[in-house]
Amino acid sequence: MNDFAQAVQALRPQLMRFANAQLRNDAWAEDAVSDSLLAALAKPQAFAGQSQLKTWLIGILKHKLIDQIRRHSREVSATAHDDDEDLDGLLFDQTGHWRNAPAEWGDPEAACGRREFFEVLELCVEKLPGVQGRVFMMREWLELDSLEICKELGITTTNLWVLLHRARLRLQTCLQERWFGNAAAKAAA
Amino acid sequence: MKFFVFRNCREVTELVLAGEDRRLGRAERLAVFLHLQICATCPKFTRQVALMRRALPRWRAYREGRDENA
Repeated sequence: MNDFAQAVQALRPQLMRFANAQLRNDAWAEDAVSDSLLAALAKPQAFAGQSQLKTWLIGILKHKLIDQIRRHSREVSATAHDDDEDLDGLLFDQTGHWRNAPAEWGDPEAACGRREFFEVLELCVEKLPGVQGRVFMMREWLELDSLEICKELGITTTNLWVLLHRARLRLQTCLQERWFGNAAAKAAA
Repeated sequence: MKFFVFRNCREVTELVLAGEDRRLGRAERLAVFLHLQICATCPKFTRQVALMRRALPRWRAYREGRDENA
């Protein structure tokens, strides 16, 4: 195995993590990553060396992920309805008021300049319930527009907006628990 | 039809988040604006949403190895 093939193989675990975060299905993730590695190894000359190898491979992976979503669209859309009402009940009382006021997160740059912040955000994305996670990743990572996502998954835009809204709310709650809450506790200590 | 001043925090939160994915209607924007004037907590939530909006492109760059600063 040459250096290039070794370098490509070394990135496999990271690609698997990203593929799983998107597809929420081990077998499909495995297929998408294998397709990506095969495509990369078949055309090493396509890697111009101008970007990082990882960045180049992720570019290929994104296409293969969309292929997988298309291939399995029927199975994906069969699970596209989630009835995740419990989050609202945790955050708001029966009159629609906050149970606990949201915290002030402070200076965005202070948070976003930290590598650890993105690791926590990554964990929070991975923790999103299956359908919400899949849809959120299609929107925010694959950067597909709403119409494309609805077409691929066979869901209505209203359905999509509900899923995205729940995913965003969950992410903020998770970040509050795992990052901002801790940071405030550390600052107070 | 619900009169706009009676939107509660849960409904306003929903609208603020919906605004990330679709353009809100005029009545919806007005309802959010008015609620934010009189509510002590929802403005904080709205600032959290704004922070998330700025963080997500950098998260993409970070996970793809394009962000040298993070």
